[in-house]
Amino acid sequence: MSLSLFKFRKIPLAWLLLTRQPLRLVVAIAGISFAGILMFMQLGFRDGLFDTSVTIHKLLDADLVLISPRSKSSISMSGFPKRRLIQTLAVDDVEKTAPVNLNYLLWRNPENLKTRSILALGFNPSDSLLLDDGFAKKAYKLRNPSRVLFDKLSRPEFGPIEEWFLSDQKVETEVAGKRVIVEGLVELGPSFGADGNLITSRETFLRLFPANPPGSIEIGLVKLKKGSDPELISRILSNSLPNDVRVLTKNQFIEFEKNYWKNSTAIGFIFSLGALMGFVVGCVVVYQILYSDVTDHLPEYATLLAMGYRLKSLFFVVAREGFLLALFGYLPAYFSGQILYSVIRNSTKLPIVMDADKTILIFVLVLVMCMGSAAIAMRKLVDADPAEIF
Amino acid sequence: MAKANKSKNIYNLKTVSINNLSHFYGKNENKKQVLNDVNLNIDKGELVLLKGPSGCGKTTLLTLIGALRTCQSGDLTVLNNQLNGASRKTRQILRRSIGMIFQGHNLLRCLTAEQNVQMGADLIKGLTYLQRREIARNWLSAVGLEEHHKKLPNDLSGGQKQRVAIARALSANPKLLLADEPTSALDSVTGREIVTLLRKLAKEQNCSVLMVTHDPRISDMADRILNMEDGKIFSAHSELI
Repeated sequence: MSLSLFKFRKIPLAWLLLTRQPLRLVVAIAGISFAGILMFMQLGFRDGLFDTSVTIHKLLDADLVLISPRSKSSISMSGFPKRRLIQTLAVDDVEKTAPVNLNYLLWRNPENLKTRSILALGFNPSDSLLLDDGFAKKAYKLRNPSRVLFDKLSRPEFGPIEEWFLSDQKVETEVAGKRVIVEGLVELGPSFGADGNLITSRETFLRLFPANPPGSIEIGLVKLKKGSDPELISRILSNSLPNDVRVLTKNQFIEFEKNYWKNSTAIGFIFSLGALMGFVVGCVVVYQILYSDVTDHLPEYATLLAMGYRLKSLFFVVAREGFLLALFGYLPAYFSGQILYSVIRNSTKLPIVMDADKTILIFVLVLVMCMGSAAIAMRKLVDADPAEIF
Repeated sequence: MAKANKSKNIYNLKTVSINNLSHFYGKNENKKQVLNDVNLNIDKGELVLLKGPSGCGKTTLLTLIGALRTCQSGDLTVLNNQLNGASRKTRQILRRSIGMIFQGHNLLRCLTAEQNVQMGADLIKGLTYLQRREIARNWLSAVGLEEHHKKLPNDLSGGQKQRVAIARALSANPKLLLADEPTSALDSVTGREIVTLLRKLAKEQNCSVLMVTHDPRISDMADRILNMEDGKIFSAHSELI
């Protein structure tokens, strides 16, 4: 077996062509890595945006979600009558419901007294809001008025709330101009839409935001009995309820939010365009490198043709050069990507991770970039005329 | 069947046989005849020198015999392959049996002397990598460069580069060697040395050589000298062949 492998072994011409010109190779690798890093960053931001936009959505303890048909996304929620949520109880499969208010309110940083918009959720402390098991114990504390739970993953601009809270200091501040006391910490995570989150009771919420009609809610959570089919109940409810409310399954609710960011804003497009630019830059770099490589070595390629090598085997040499460049360029891009992702995670608290999807997608893009450029550079090989070298 | 073909080939002793070969460059009113009714035979193991002023068609003849150009009219048989009307594939396969040595040596700059020679040996079918490397090493020793096998062409002198080129041309076991002014870039002593070496190695392999040269100092080494002028070939004593 090893013997027959040896039989097909050839001088690694592509490898030698690249490595015997170290400076050109370094420039090529730097260019490809740069393109790769650019694509990692852009697609990382894009995926991070879509993932963070649904951090809270994913945590909600619900099988079905009722929203107003006028709601477009979590940053522009409209209210609908709370009685629609109560009406769902008429269906046998519905176990319990929970009304939730959601709006952006101004939070005053207790340290430097600057205000900043924060996403506030209001619910009845006796209901179950989040899937997190430890949450019910914290929710109990919200039964006193003017108490809030602060998201400790919020951006630092909201103040050193976690630090103060953990050092048993009483954390008091103003939300929408009214005094509140931080009674606990939760872990939700910021998103592109919200820099920070707080959770409070509906009673406190309505006190902080008196313009909100008491009978109007933004989100209605519906929990179904075990074994019932959310799709089916969702359809039954949609048919029986008036059209001033929209019934979604939890997954549809998550998709509803993601679709807003994907389709109704330029953000998805901008990041995809950024990644495309990286791709194009990479293509130009690899093409330049391979084209000048072929041009410089044209008499040598012609000599090989004169010796009886096939044009096809010369194509393979250039293709192999492209493949090697893809490998050499991708690895530094991957490791730089890992480092930059963790820097971004630490400084922006956005959940940007190197998942298998991006790892593979960007490798494929780098490979396509290098092989495509190699294919174009190959056309120059046709100019290698063995009759001209005498 | 294949055996019958092979035995038939043995009777044809001519390495190159050319009858009424003509060649033109350009089209229509720009058409220019570079070869005019050329007749030429080269026997097995023969060393033939081709002389003539520049522009007389020597190089064109060389590229035609080397199967690097398509043959336009006449009869051109090289190593029992009729090249008039031969396919690209036939010419490519035939080129593997023809060694070529160029004026500018044309070594691959990124390969060491040994690897350059092995690019020739790699064309031999059915040998392992190590066997092919062994062949390359042996040829490099034959041209007296075993000490320099790890050097890149840029680190070799002009004469050494031309030796590597000879080793490369011979390493694929050619039956015919075509050389275009192999001594023009060398001083007289080195030039003579190179041709002496080339002649010795070619004779050992029973390989025919057709060498285009201006160099009068190497005339005495040829079996036959041909003169070319205006696309026609004459023998050294100006009589039409």
